[in-house]
Amino acid sequence: MTTEPTEIRSPGPPYDDLASRFDSAEFEVSHGQVVVRVPREDLVGFVDAAKDAGFRMFIDLCGVDYLDRDPRFEVVVNLLSLEPPRRIRILVGVPGDDPTAPSITGVFPGADFYERETFDLFGIEFEGHPDLTRILLPDDWVGFPLRKDAPIGSVPVQFKGSNKVS
Amino acid sequence: MSKPPDSVTGDTEAPPTGAEQAPPESPGDQGRAKRRVVHDLWLSGTEAPVDTGRFTDEGAQEMLLEEEAAVLAGQRGTLVVDDYAAGVEPSTEQTQIVNMGPQHPATHGVLRLQVELDGETIRRVKPIIGYLHTGMERTGEALTFMQGPTNVTRMDYLSPFHNELAFSLAVERLLGLEIPPRAQAIRVLMTELNRVASHLLWAATTGLDLGALSMMIYGWREREAVLAFFEKTTGLRMNHNYIRPGGVAADLPDGWEEDVAAIEETVLAGLADYEGLLMENPIFIERTHGVGVITPEECLAYGVTGPLARASGIDFDLRKAFPYSGIEQYEFDVPTTEHGDVYDRFIVRFEEIRQSLRIARQVAETMPLGDYRSEDRKVTPPPRARLDQSMEALIHHFKIFTEGFKVPAGEVYEAVESPRGELGMYLVSSGGAKPWRLHVRGPSFANVQALPVMLTGSLIADTISALASVDPVMGDVDR
Repeated sequence: MTTEPTEIRSPGPPYDDLASRFDSAEFEVSHGQVVVRVPREDLVGFVDAAKDAGFRMFIDLCGVDYLDRDPRFEVVVNLLSLEPPRRIRILVGVPGDDPTAPSITGVFPGADFYERETFDLFGIEFEGHPDLTRILLPDDWVGFPLRKDAPIGSVPVQFKGSNKVS
Repeated sequence: MSKPPDSVTGDTEAPPTGAEQAPPESPGDQGRAKRRVVHDLWLSGTEAPVDTGRFTDEGAQEMLLEEEAAVLAGQRGTLVVDDYAAGVEPSTEQTQIVNMGPQHPATHGVLRLQVELDGETIRRVKPIIGYLHTGMERTGEALTFMQGPTNVTRMDYLSPFHNELAFSLAVERLLGLEIPPRAQAIRVLMTELNRVASHLLWAATTGLDLGALSMMIYGWREREAVLAFFEKTTGLRMNHNYIRPGGVAADLPDGWEEDVAAIEETVLAGLADYEGLLMENPIFIERTHGVGVITPEECLAYGVTGPLARASGIDFDLRKAFPYSGIEQYEFDVPTTEHGDVYDRFIVRFEEIRQSLRIARQVAETMPLGDYRSEDRKVTPPPRARLDQSMEALIHHFKIFTEGFKVPAGEVYEAVESPRGELGMYLVSSGGAKPWRLHVRGPSFANVQALPVMLTGSLIADTISALASVDPVMGDVDR
């Protein structure tokens, strides 16, 4: 996937601070938005540092399944700084044969529901999450429907109790 | 765990006293181990769930065991250090777990709250969601960028224009598409009027929940004026599919200026009535003052945005911080209050209605002339009249509506200020005519998550008041 690097609205100090503290983090500006790729093991440390650097509001966490890429999954964390208004998007690659990622609920408790949702739909397990259960789907659902290899169409809809009929 | 939990309440027979119970080494490990039990049962090809006696019919959606310290902190809303409820100690008295919802008139949809009560005091709250989950993110991957707004407009069904706008902005950013000024102004007009309609409905239903039955009738009455204008413009009262990548679907109808002026007059008159009816009413004040409080720090940690955050004193509005669709040309104020309770949320939302009407008036006064959609033929179909004259135009029209247009590969996050907070769309394109991934950051999802913070330690009767003030739209939470 190629994104045309463009100039950001106003390159500010928060990004520079973070870049100097984490050598492993790769910053890039894509469509005017600041994106940083962080190794999986650095995620919690980076999010913590970003919080100290002013990105104090937790906005979003979700997963993406790229199927043919290596690593297969990506976990995307969005943070927001209120003053000055800045966003940062943190991308973490998660391999398909070991779909685990560290949980950031220790830094932002608001990530709780989002990590549960990502686990529910992608099967990415967040290590250290206190209550990693399904959230949108029934607890006895089989499979992870937002994975690209999950079947859609012509599959019997799973309902609780349907097994009791036959 | 010598004895399995009761299958109705999901509770253990008695809470451990804590002293004799050794703390678990890692709550996370334990939580995962428990989940594994459910998983193994199913993945090994069993025909039916084995009754372990540990779960209710709803599966493992129960209050977790008392030794799960980290989970308890989440459900008690004490994860943030400065929390006002941190002093709430678990009582050794017998507690009971009550389910509120999913079928409950005051839960504004199919939200279920598991509430653990100690007498009338709430010890823990666990919001349980997913009853309205329809897999819209996956559906979004199966629809073209052209069809996308039809899907997203149904998520937050009380602010459909904001859904469509966020999606269109994301697509347009990937395309690098310039939108004509008139289209931008129409988008601002429709989204701000949508905010008015949404806040009016919120005031109506919240009034109903608090016992102000007249408020229910008044709010719906004024909202109807706005919806009639939407119907006149888009053909539909809700789920409009009006704002699309490239502009809007149609120009404004004749006489729209008078309609906007009439809406403003009707709603402002109504607003004066509501304030007379509610804001100085002793019963209303009694039920809203100091209820459902959330602090600014908690808002940041839990991602609570929109009127809730502004009622807590966070002076932040995406329309000011990250202006979209040319909204920076118009003058408006961002109301904030400092108490963060239900009463303040009324103040903030009523003022937001005024500010939105102010923006709508400015749009009506300064509406630019020109196209209502981009004239980029890659995205916009040719004009209707051309189809009768030109074979190529007909083919072009057909191709755009069957294959759709291709969007360059890339990923963007675009957010707009919906009536409930930050509504974000994270869009990944692989270069085709359909999104590779569409993720919606629904404001209600984060706001519902913060309910334990607001409710813990308060009285059960305040649940209704606090929940209504959050204004959750379950279509947005569950998607």
